[in-house]
Amino acid sequence: MREHDRRGPTTFLRRSVVMSYIIQAENLSKSYGDFRALKGISFHINKGECFGFLGHNGAGKSTTMRMIYGLSTVNEGKLEVLGERISPLTPAHIKKIFGIVPQEDNLDPDLSVIENLEVYGGYFNISSLEARKRGKELLQFMGISDKMDVNVEKLSGGAKRRLVIARALINKPEIIILDEPTTGLDPQGRRLVWQKLRRLKEEGATMLLTTHYMEEAAQLCDRLAIMNDGLILAEGSPEQLIEEYVLPFVIEVRVPIDMLPPNINEKVEEMGGKAEYMVDSLFIFAINGKEMWDNIHKTGLAQHACYLRPTNLEDVFLKLTGKRDQP
Amino acid sequence: MIMAFNILKRHLIVFRRTLWSNLVLNVIEPFLYLSAMGFGLGAFVQDMGGMTYIQFIAPGMVASASMWAATFECTYASFVRLHFQKTFHAMLAGPATVADVVAGEVLFGIVKNVAFGMIILVVIGLMGQVQSAWSLLIPLFLVLPGTVFSLMALSYTGIITNIDYLNYYITLITTPMYLFAGVFFPVTTMPEWLQVLAWVNPLYHSVEVCRALVVGQVSIQLWQHAASLMFFSVVLAPVPVYFMRKRLIS
Repeated sequence: MREHDRRGPTTFLRRSVVMSYIIQAENLSKSYGDFRALKGISFHINKGECFGFLGHNGAGKSTTMRMIYGLSTVNEGKLEVLGERISPLTPAHIKKIFGIVPQEDNLDPDLSVIENLEVYGGYFNISSLEARKRGKELLQFMGISDKMDVNVEKLSGGAKRRLVIARALINKPEIIILDEPTTGLDPQGRRLVWQKLRRLKEEGATMLLTTHYMEEAAQLCDRLAIMNDGLILAEGSPEQLIEEYVLPFVIEVRVPIDMLPPNINEKVEEMGGKAEYMVDSLFIFAINGKEMWDNIHKTGLAQHACYLRPTNLEDVFLKLTGKRDQP
Repeated sequence: MIMAFNILKRHLIVFRRTLWSNLVLNVIEPFLYLSAMGFGLGAFVQDMGGMTYIQFIAPGMVASASMWAATFECTYASFVRLHFQKTFHAMLAGPATVADVVAGEVLFGIVKNVAFGMIILVVIGLMGQVQSAWSLLIPLFLVLPGTVFSLMALSYTGIITNIDYLNYYITLITTPMYLFAGVFFPVTTMPEWLQVLAWVNPLYHSVEVCRALVVGQVSIQLWQHAASLMFFSVVLAPVPVYFMRKRLIS
């Protein structure tokens, strides 16, 4: 264990003894004029875990993030960071322990890659020399050390994102906050970012991230909260959520709803399945997928119009946020 | 305040890179004015209260060039950092407050104000238009008008949402300040009400002090100008913080 702790990359993170909840929110709300962006959410984040907010654009994820890292005021409900109540704005001494990866790449286009890290380190009172040294290590870790003296405008989207993450690590943060870390990246870029984030997770980083990609949430998060319309609809580990909200298998029916065989809901239920209508399609959930699949013709559906697969987070998400009234 | 200097450090790294292109452009304009007005108009205007015309306008060029430098920095450049580059958002994601960000911008405005004032001072010196060693105090003095111009410009930048509106500030605020500050003609030749108005024009105070130091006519009265600028600074200081907070914090 000790050997493990001493390994190189651990130096990117500060280790300290704090209370079990790093961030805690109770009935946290936010209004912008008449618009209620957050309608009272409660959650807590434990030390060393990766907690994710999964939701559509406008679900309230970014609002929550902005309140945590001090770009939005907290005036309704309670928000605590490291046991300190935030009211109304996260103070500088708390922001010091954060590593922020904002939704938009706000890298400094007037500066080179290494200068971005040097200047950002300066905001944390890290000397130029030290920031450059740390910066080089971080660029190495992120796999962009060959771009050190390049102007940031010349970087690809994926490299920019990795630089933003490197920048967020310059102060050895206790908690890394990532607001949609891979939005807008191509599949390669996205996987590279995931790989780096997993590495940080292995080293014990506490991470808080928002995403609207199911796969990202499933790959990275220990626990997650599904948000919709300013509320948390469900919370738990990806496995827990799948177990709790959907059956293990699903058959996607690729037939328009108005062309479905009559009484299909009843037939599915007789066979021990559960019919759900989400985003204008029928999903048949089942405990035993194979059995349902073999007998699907009894419902009046043909196998070639159906697709059997194990359920995943997306099914939970659609069930909770994208439900459609039954015909 | 340490934070504001950390932010200033960022600006200086960028400034160092663009120093030469910045310099040349900022020197050419006052030089053109000096030549055109000084030699052209100066041929007709023989005596400006004991000075030649070029002598009269040269110190005004020091004061006005520094005003333009601070103004452009805290309007267009700050606007780009605020809205397009999101530089301020990045700073706020670090341990900075809005007041720190504003202070960093103002400090940089002051640096530009002083730097360009000094350059023009050297230029007019080379043209033989500096008469007194009191001029050495000018860089130090320029901190005062630099603060005022930066605070004014930054307040306006915080109010507007579209970069085109900055033209209004230049045309309706900066240009009139420039024209009625006693740079090209003494304020005393203007109608009474304009003379009164000159007292709220920070450039007027800057021009008066620069001219007195350049020609060596130093008197206790100069403190009135310095005190006016200090007064403006204190009154204006919270204004850009208020508007920038509205822009940055939701």
